[in-house]
Amino acid sequence: MEAASIPGGGRRLLLRSPLARLPDRALKYGLTALAALILALIVYFFIRLVGQARPAFARFGVFGFAFENEWNVSAERFGALPLLVGTLITSALALLIGVPVAVASAIYATELCPLRLRAALTVLVELLAAVPSVVYGLWGIFFLAPKLQPAEQWLADRLSFVPFIGGGVVTIPNYFITGLVLAIMILPIVSAISREVMATVPSDQKEAAMGLGATRWEMIRMAVLPYCRSGIVGGAMLGLGRAIGETIAVTILIGDAPQLGSHLFGQGYSLAASIANEFGEAQGLHRSALFAAGLVLFVLTLLVNGIARALVLRAARAGSARAGVDGDDGRGRHIAETVAGA
Amino acid sequence: MSARPTSGERLARFAVSPARRRKDTFARMAILTATVIALIPLMLIIYYLLRKGLGSWSTSFFTTDPTGNTFFKSSSIGGIKSAILGTIEIVALASVIAIPVGLGVAVWLVEYGKDSRFAQTVRFFVDVLTGVPSILFGLFIYIVLIVGTGSSYAGYKGSLALALLMLPVVTRATEVILALVPGALRESALALGAPRWRVILRVVLPTALPGMVTGVLLAIARAAGETAPLLFTAAATLKTNFNLGQFMNSLPVQIYSDVTSPTTAVVNRAWGAALALVTMILLLNVIARLISRRSRLA
Amino acid sequence: MRSPRPTSSVADIERDSRSKVDEQARDGLHASDAPASAEGTTATATRPVQAERGLSVRLEQLRAFYGSTEPIKGIDLEFRANEVTAIIGPSGCGKSTMIRCINRMHEEIPGARAEGRVLLDDLDVYDPTVDVVAVRRAIGMVFQKPNPFPTMSIFDNVAAGLRLSGRRQRDLQGKVESALRSAGLWDEVSERLGDPGAGLSGGQQQRLCIARSLAVDPEVILMDEPCSALDPIATLKIEELIDRLKQRVTIVIVTHNMQQAARVADRTAFMLDGRLIEVGPTQEIFTRPADPRTEEYVTGKFG
Repeated sequence: MEAASIPGGGRRLLLRSPLARLPDRALKYGLTALAALILALIVYFFIRLVGQARPAFARFGVFGFAFENEWNVSAERFGALPLLVGTLITSALALLIGVPVAVASAIYATELCPLRLRAALTVLVELLAAVPSVVYGLWGIFFLAPKLQPAEQWLADRLSFVPFIGGGVVTIPNYFITGLVLAIMILPIVSAISREVMATVPSDQKEAAMGLGATRWEMIRMAVLPYCRSGIVGGAMLGLGRAIGETIAVTILIGDAPQLGSHLFGQGYSLAASIANEFGEAQGLHRSALFAAGLVLFVLTLLVNGIARALVLRAARAGSARAGVDGDDGRGRHIAETVAGA
Repeated sequence: MSARPTSGERLARFAVSPARRRKDTFARMAILTATVIALIPLMLIIYYLLRKGLGSWSTSFFTTDPTGNTFFKSSSIGGIKSAILGTIEIVALASVIAIPVGLGVAVWLVEYGKDSRFAQTVRFFVDVLTGVPSILFGLFIYIVLIVGTGSSYAGYKGSLALALLMLPVVTRATEVILALVPGALRESALALGAPRWRVILRVVLPTALPGMVTGVLLAIARAAGETAPLLFTAAATLKTNFNLGQFMNSLPVQIYSDVTSPTTAVVNRAWGAALALVTMILLLNVIARLISRRSRLA
Repeated sequence: MRSPRPTSSVADIERDSRSKVDEQARDGLHASDAPASAEGTTATATRPVQAERGLSVRLEQLRAFYGSTEPIKGIDLEFRANEVTAIIGPSGCGKSTMIRCINRMHEEIPGARAEGRVLLDDLDVYDPTVDVVAVRRAIGMVFQKPNPFPTMSIFDNVAAGLRLSGRRQRDLQGKVESALRSAGLWDEVSERLGDPGAGLSGGQQQRLCIARSLAVDPEVILMDEPCSALDPIATLKIEELIDRLKQRVTIVIVTHNMQQAARVADRTAFMLDGRLIEVGPTQEIFTRPADPRTEEYVTGKFG
């Protein structure tokens, strides 16, 4: 009726020429290709790494490589158990020391700290993340390790009856000092994730606890910690992933002794440290063994990070679901951001 | 009939037992102590960096290359000129590679991929990249560009390794910011008849700019401090070098090799270099934070 | 306060020891941990408390602040024991802030503080020696949105307050059951006490929250728009519950729903812009208000 009064030319006005649509398409497909490139890159890396590691695995078997306790370059015997154990001991120590401190600092910042101090405290803890790994190594080996050696020796003497911990002679580079420095290095990430997750605890939960006559600490135990459990565990796992993959600081601090350390305060080795330390001069089977160590490291960090991310994202989703109901700000987003910055 | 209890008696049963109160005080003290403990390492590191590092700073420290001569006077070991310039060159090239790619992927995730399966997969892989130990990026570039081509170390190979490391950080940080741009803003621009690419370029990106700059600067700061990816890609050399196709020195690698030296003067050079590196990184961090404060997005 | 008294006669001694117990008992709400007062509290806490329950609450020149704003600008008001007092007024008039001042919940918000006196019976809960945690046990609170602890079962939610007391609770089961019965929820949940509290319907959750605060046997219960998130049937159940509960406790209820105030409250207070405009028997407030502003509000919305 009315449309009939507009001739065909009007309709043509509503169509955009293919040329005008070109930039849109170029952008869309170009960016899609870019995203696909990232996937391809990781898969490609994995395949090439397996390829490089194959000679070592062929010689010693995957199991034999990972769990044989002999890393002897001159005899061309490569069993990575000493490296694996060193990685695990130092990372476990880092968690043991770092997580309680990180979580406590997060609790302090979100629940106990005067409002004015909160921002400053957060920035200070995050500055720890800005210090490069090699500087931690430098500081650890020339300041922390010599300063703590007497205390470590004292502890080792007192605990001489405890296997693996006490009894030995404390060397300056050792498992313990490595774990301690790793604890400092994972502190900011664990603290930041914990803080973000604690900020998602709805205030009505906290008020419910306080309304029942809970003290501050009881309120934290009752309303805050149970609500954040999976997020905190996820943050700790992210920290674990960091500790496992940390290379330079560990290489400087662990002592690079290619054997199982006899005790906690003795020298050892780790997967990442073996690569950093030996790769430059490695040839043939030795080099392949180092690639294999890299592969083990890769798989280990993938596992740990996969679990960590699942846990943290679950906490984030719970946070944003809650926020969606309340019309609150998107806390879940903040957590995603913190994970991204990690 | 019993007497009416006084209000005091009636309220007494609400009293907080001393045990509970002690527990509360103890827990608060423990939390405060742990927080103080968390801050001690930072203080100690900064203190020692300043004390040891400033001592080795001098004009010649910044204007001479390391000599490799460690047997004689401390003045003959040289400075960190090649390391500083190398770090700047390597990181600059890495940024030139990683920032556009990272931004592109982030824009794709927010504007096109959204919650599709493919986008979820990309997000997952980007997260995977975030967790990959940095030394593995070095190994990757080594496999592809050194084993693969039969050539040797070069500055640009180090840049590529660092770019891989920066990529996920840039992507995730900018994705988060882009997602904060209100949908209504996009829709109103689209409703005006603007094509999507113009909306992204003219509306979305400018709105998110300060936040994105923050994310990018933090990624640069992180890359600048990395040693491990450079060890087997850019390697180390003494000379100042402006050709990214050749061996290139960098601050972290210089510090790492100096740490293992038995000579005090060389270790002191490591402290000086570490102070220079930390100053650069902290500066980037401070700028990033100042810019993020100006962001109009939450 | 605790001045030593001369003791001369037997009668005096008797009276003295009586008042001493009284003082020590009063110390229960005080922050000090003096061992004497601790003994005193255990002695009286085990004594069965009978007679009528619920204590009066009196506000004297109560003012509240958020930073530089002042949502409560000086209020004098009494909530009589074992009565239900409703607080009505337009949104933003300070109703919620006022009742949050009664159990000192207001001060938990960063930058918030309160001045004036809130007398529980004759004890000023803002007295510096008074322990805020104990105040909150004596004065329970039910919030606008049901907020059971999501990680706890129904049973644990009700037991949460009891477990806080530190001592091992004798007959925890019995106390939980009686609290759930008082909240009219027992018949609905007795078969599934181990289920998560968050799995209940909104109305059930709110009654669970009421049971949770009843379990510690408070003297006063504050309710901050307890039905605003609930459907009419759930609202009705809670209103019936309020009517039964006033035998045991004094109830202060904030509501934006004037029918609700008319149905449940013995007395009603009308607030406007941080001030109390008038208070009186509910019937009177709604039919013959003294202040034209009350009349305007009541007739404007009560049609």
